[in-house]
Amino acid sequence: MDTASQVPLLSMQGIDKSFGGVPALTGASLEVAPAEVMALIGQNGAGKSTMIKILNGAVASDGGAITFAGAPWTANSPQAAQRGGISTIFQEINLIAFRSVTENIYLGREIKSRFGFLDWRAMHEGARGLLARFDVFVDVREPLMNFSTAIRQMVAIARAVSFEARLVIMDEPTSSLDEAEVQILFQTIRQLKAQGVAVVFVSHKLDELYAVCDRVTIMRDGRTVAVANMADMGKLQLVAAMLGRDLAEIRKAGSTAFGEGGQAIGGELLATSGLAVGRRVQSADIAVRSGEIVGLAGLLGSGRSETARAVFGAEPHRAGEVRFAGRKADFASPREAIAAGLGFCTEDRKIDGIVPEMSVRENMTLALLPALARSGIVDEARQAEIVKRFITEIGIKCSSPEQKIRELSGGNQQKVLLARWLCMDPKLLILDEPTRGIDVGAKAEIQRLIRSFAERGLGVLMISSELEEIVEGADRVFVLREGRTVEEFDKDQISESALMNAMAHGGDADATSPKGAAFV
Amino acid sequence: MSDISVFLKRWGAVLALVLLILFNLAFTPHFATTQTLAINLTQVAVVMVVGVGMTLVIATGGIDLSVGSLMAIAGALSPMIFTGQLFPVPNLYVGIALGIVLPVMVAGMFGYFNGWLITRFSIQPIIATLVLFIAGRGIAQVWTNGDLQVFKVPEFQQIAIGRLLGVPFQVWIMAVIVIAATWTLRKTVFGRQVLAIGGNEAAARLAGVPVARVKTIVYVVSGVCSGIAGLIVIAMNSAADANLIGLGIELDAIAAVAVGGTLLTGGRATILGTLIGALIIQLVRYTLLANGVPDSAALIVKAGLIILAVWLQRQDRA
Repeated sequence: MDTASQVPLLSMQGIDKSFGGVPALTGASLEVAPAEVMALIGQNGAGKSTMIKILNGAVASDGGAITFAGAPWTANSPQAAQRGGISTIFQEINLIAFRSVTENIYLGREIKSRFGFLDWRAMHEGARGLLARFDVFVDVREPLMNFSTAIRQMVAIARAVSFEARLVIMDEPTSSLDEAEVQILFQTIRQLKAQGVAVVFVSHKLDELYAVCDRVTIMRDGRTVAVANMADMGKLQLVAAMLGRDLAEIRKAGSTAFGEGGQAIGGELLATSGLAVGRRVQSADIAVRSGEIVGLAGLLGSGRSETARAVFGAEPHRAGEVRFAGRKADFASPREAIAAGLGFCTEDRKIDGIVPEMSVRENMTLALLPALARSGIVDEARQAEIVKRFITEIGIKCSSPEQKIRELSGGNQQKVLLARWLCMDPKLLILDEPTRGIDVGAKAEIQRLIRSFAERGLGVLMISSELEEIVEGADRVFVLREGRTVEEFDKDQISESALMNAMAHGGDADATSPKGAAFV
Repeated sequence: MSDISVFLKRWGAVLALVLLILFNLAFTPHFATTQTLAINLTQVAVVMVVGVGMTLVIATGGIDLSVGSLMAIAGALSPMIFTGQLFPVPNLYVGIALGIVLPVMVAGMFGYFNGWLITRFSIQPIIATLVLFIAGRGIAQVWTNGDLQVFKVPEFQQIAIGRLLGVPFQVWIMAVIVIAATWTLRKTVFGRQVLAIGGNEAAARLAGVPVARVKTIVYVVSGVCSGIAGLIVIAMNSAADANLIGLGIELDAIAAVAVGGTLLTGGRATILGTLIGALIIQLVRYTLLANGVPDSAALIVKAGLIILAVWLQRQDRA
C-alpha cells in the first residue's frame, strides 16, 4: 500500500463528451487506487453511465486523458476493455440464461483439446475453481436460469475475474437483489479487494455505499463535484452534494417527500378477499379507500406484484374475490380494469412500461387513445393539449413532446408513465416500486406527486421494497408474507420495526402483535 | 454516431433511389419515356400492394410468409367465378364483381386464420404463416388441378391493363392502398396501437390495447392485400397459374420493407419507406436487365441491398 496508494490504478481527467450537441460530461474526472472500492454516485443524468461507457469502450470521449495501470487507456469496445483488465457488470446481467454456468464463464475463449474439441472437463473444473474463490458452490453444468439473481451475478463477477480484471465496474448491482443476496455480493466485493482488484460501485442506495465503499466520487450535471473518504461524509452531505442544494433545506424536508396526508379519506374503493394467484399468492386480503395511499409490503417473492397484477386483470386468479367501487370486479383483462377506472405502473419500466421507440406524447396517451378518438381517428389537437398540460403539471423534462421516451432519464420516464394513468383520471392507481432506480431528486418529486393526487381523491396502492417509502408515504399498510396477508397497520401503528417483524414472522403462531412489535 | 451515418440512415433509401434514376438517365437508352415509367410502376404495384400489408404485419413485430400463397388462392379462384365454372352467374358484370370481391374475402379469411393461430395459440408468426405458405398454394393447385386457366375477359383485365388519366389502373390501386395505409398508421388509434404492440407488447397490453384483436386485423389486412395483388397478376397475364402466382413475392415484400427503413423487430414502420424500397428493388432489376445483365445477377444485387439496409438500421444501436 506504500507506493500503490500514491499511483492511481485508473485516472480519468478532464473528460468531455456530448451527444448530438448536448454535453453529457464537461471536464469530469475519476481516480481509483489499486484494491480500492470507489462509489460513483449522482442523480440520473449526472454522467455516471457515460463515464462507465467511455471506460469500457462502448463510446469514445470527445476529450480528456485516461490512464490505466500506468499506460494510456485506449479500449474501443467492451471486449477490448475486458482484455485490457476492466470488466463491467451491468444492471441487467448480460449472460445467457439457457446455457450452463461453465459456458457463460468461458464464452468466447473456450478451452479446446488437442483435436479442436471443447475440453468440458477442464472448463467445468476451471469454473468451479473460479466460483470457489467467492464461496459459491453450485453445479456448473446447470443452465444459469436455474439459479437466483445473486448467483447469476456471482457468475458474472467470476467471469470478469477470469479475464484477470484489475478493475470491475458494477452498475447498480443490487437493484434486483434481496437483502441476503446483497450481503453475499458485499462479501464478494471484499474478496475482490483482498485479491487486489479495484471496484467502481454505482448505486442509488446510500446505506450500501457505507457498507462496502472506501471512497466516493460524486457527479452532478456532467462534472465531478466531490471526492471524499466514505467515512468523512455523512448521508445528508452526500445527498446535498448530489443535488447541489443547501444542507439545511434537505434536513427540513425529510428524506422522502410524501409529507403529511390522510386528511380526506373517502369510502372503500377496492377490496380483495382470499385472492389466490398462481403459485405465489395464497390468500391476499387488501383494501384501498379513495384518497388513501395504501402500502403493500413484503419480502421479495411474497406475492405483492402478483396480487397487484391479478387485481388489474393482467393475471387470472384461482380463487377469491375482487370488489371495486362496491361491485364484484373480476377483471378478465387490463382493458376492463382500465375502463372501470384503474391504472397500473409496473415494476420494470423497460419490460412492460415504456414503448421505447415512441415519443413522450404517444407513450403518455397510449391508454387514453380510444377516448381521444372520434370514429377511430385521433384528435391530435386535444392530444397535444393534454400532453402539454401534464408535461408542465408533473414537471417532465424533455426537449419536446416528440422526443423518444428512451432518451429520457429513468425519473422522467416514470413521470410519463404516471401521466399515462393520471390523464385518464382514474379512481385507483396501482404503483409497483414507483421510485426504483430513480435518482433522489426525481424520487422526491414523484412522491410529492402521488400525495397530491391522493389528496384530490385518488386511491393509491403502492408496492415498495423501501421501508422508508412505505413508512412515510402510506396511510395504511398491508403486509404479505408467502402469499398471505399477515398484518394490517393503520397510520399510527406504522413503523419500520413493526413492518420488518411482520414481513419476517407475520402469521406465525408465536408472532408478536402489531402493537407489541411497534415497541421492538 | 456520426452525422453522416445519421443522414444516411434517414435519407439513404431516397438517396439510393435518386442515384439509380440519375444513373439510368445517363446510361440506359430510352429511360426517360412514359413507357419505361409505366413498365416500372406496373411491376412495382404488385410487390407494393403486398408490401403494405407486410409493413403493417412487421410493424407489430410479426411476419407473413403466406402472402404469395394467398395471392395464388385469390388468383386461382377468381377466373373460376367470373367464367361461371364454380356456380352459374347471371351476367358477366355480376361475375366480375363476385370474381373480385369473393377471392379477396377468401384471402382475408385465410389471413384471419394466420392471426388466429398467432394470437390464440401464441405461435411465432414465422411458423404460423409457414402453414399457409406451404398449404395455401396446395389448396390453389387442388382447386385448379394444377392446370393453367387461360381467359380472355377484357372487362376484368381492366384492373391491370386499363388506364385512367394515362396511368395504369393497377398503379392507381397501389396509390390508394398506400395512401390509405399511411393515413391509418399515422392518424388512427388502430395505427398507433399497431406500433405500440411492435414496440412493447407487454406494455401495450397493460395499457389496455386489445393486442389479440389488433394483431388479427393486421394479418387480415395482409391477406386482403395479397388477394388484390393476386387479381392484378392474373389480369396482367390473362391467365391464372396456381403454381406461379406470387411465387417468392414474400421475399420481395420483406426486402422492400427492410430497405425502406421499417424496423424488422417492430415498433417503427413507414409505408412510404416501403414504397421507396420497392421502387429501388424494381429499378435495380430494371437497370441491370436494360444494360444486359442477367436476372440471376440481379438477385445477388438485391441481396446486397438488403444487407446494406440492415446495416443502416443497426447504426441506431450506438
